Amino acid sequence: MNDVRPAGATSQFEIHVLEKTYVGSDGTLVPAIRDLVLEVQPQSMTVLMGPSGCGKTTLLRIVAGLDDRFTGELRVPENARIGVVFQEPRLLPWRTVRQNIELVADEYFSSADLDRLAASVGIADMLPRFPQELSLGLARRVALARAFATRPDLLLLDEPFVSLDERTADRLRHLLLEVWSSQPTTAILVTHNPREAILLADQLVLLAPRPTHVVAAVPIEIPQGDRDSAAVEAIYADLLTRYPANFATG
Amino acid sequence: MSVISVAGFLLVWLIAAEVAQSRVLPGPAEVLRYVVDEALHGDLLAELGITLWRVVASFVVAMAIGSVIGLAMGQSPALDRALDPWLIVLLNLPALVIIILAYVWFGLNEAAAIGAVALNKIPNAIVTLREGARALDPGLDEMARAYRLSPWSKLRNVTLPQLQPYFAAASRSGISLIWKIVLVVELLGRPNGVGFELHLNFQLFNVTAILGYTVAFVTVMLAIEYLLVQPLERRTTRWRNKPV
Repeated sequence: MNDVRPAGATSQFEIHVLEKTYVGSDGTLVPAIRDLVLEVQPQSMTVLMGPSGCGKTTLLRIVAGLDDRFTGELRVPENARIGVVFQEPRLLPWRTVRQNIELVADEYFSSADLDRLAASVGIADMLPRFPQELSLGLARRVALARAFATRPDLLLLDEPFVSLDERTADRLRHLLLEVWSSQPTTAILVTHNPREAILLADQLVLLAPRPTHVVAAVPIEIPQGDRDSAAVEAIYADLLTRYPANFATG
Repeated sequence: MSVISVAGFLLVWLIAAEVAQSRVLPGPAEVLRYVVDEALHGDLLAELGITLWRVVASFVVAMAIGSVIGLAMGQSPALDRALDPWLIVLLNLPALVIIILAYVWFGLNEAAAIGAVALNKIPNAIVTLREGARALDPGLDEMARAYRLSPWSKLRNVTLPQLQPYFAAASRSGISLIWKIVLVVELLGRPNGVGFELHLNFQLFNVTAILGYTVAFVTVMLAIEYLLVQPLERRTTRWRNKPV
């Protein structure tokens, strides 16, 4: 069916999903993705933006290797390490925060590295605690730290800031940018929030409603560090006129 | 609180025995004297030991077999459908039928006794662990797969901790069921153990001895519950007892 071919570790990721369907609750086949081609540049932040239910998460699961029931081709570097930040934190409740991170961390990831990473996402005090003692915002930070601790070749983030209040979400977005800039990683982030997409993306990929495919891949040239809210609004206004269908509802 | 309620029970027993003044209801002091005497000079400790060994052996056998089948049934709907009728039969088959048939077919021996007890417990373990397997969190499973955890690491860190409450529930109900059935098995076909002694003293109409063995047995049971089961449970669920 599909073909996962190794590419060199420095080369870009290529994702080509010819067709992905799933069986709906009434037994009929629902097409989720059709003829989607996506190239991801190394050490860049690709943001996938599309309407709710368009198949973004399905696509991310395919890229993560969690779902191989599709036709198409996935070109990923050999033995690529993948870090995933799911929509829910998905921490092990019976392991402390430190153990949760250590469990998946890269083998050369030292305890000092862990302390440094924890400090950079603001969870240094939380390391000996159990996840149930944390607020959602803190648990999200732990999930983020866990993903970075694997030193991933590819970092996948599935709406990592959803259902947080706007202030917390915004703080976490900047935190993500900080950690990501200090440890440049090829990343794919999924969101339906246009301002979040504009703030984070090197390449902003607009997706069509189901069955989804790429409508446009828009590069954003201004470095993330220089995008204040005025810059974000300017880009937003520009994109709104160019892709009204994708931005009007945001 | 536990101490007060036990003391209250002893008091009621004492008063009842004083009022009845009957051979069929000896007081706590008399029973305690019998227990100490039998422990020091008689067979009480040996008989308790034999019973305890049968309990442990059937418990281990039943939990091992029951867990494996239960987990397999929880994860494979086809296997679940195939084995379900047999599970229902076993669940509802009277313990006595299994015990008698085991003795008739396999002889009055230790293996038949332990096998019969285990077979009575296995369906309960299956049902509980099947629920456990069905309740495994698919989100955590995905997390383990995405992060490429080794099968061993996944079992130890992701799967077993989720099954722990189900193991605990199966163990707890299993121990109590096995305690009860082991005595019946001993009564019917073993020449030793607490069940045999109870039967013997029933024929001799020695109520002091019957109560004495019961008290000794209950003491062992409580010791296992409070010194082994509960501390273990507290340790494995400590992550859960924290305030959010």
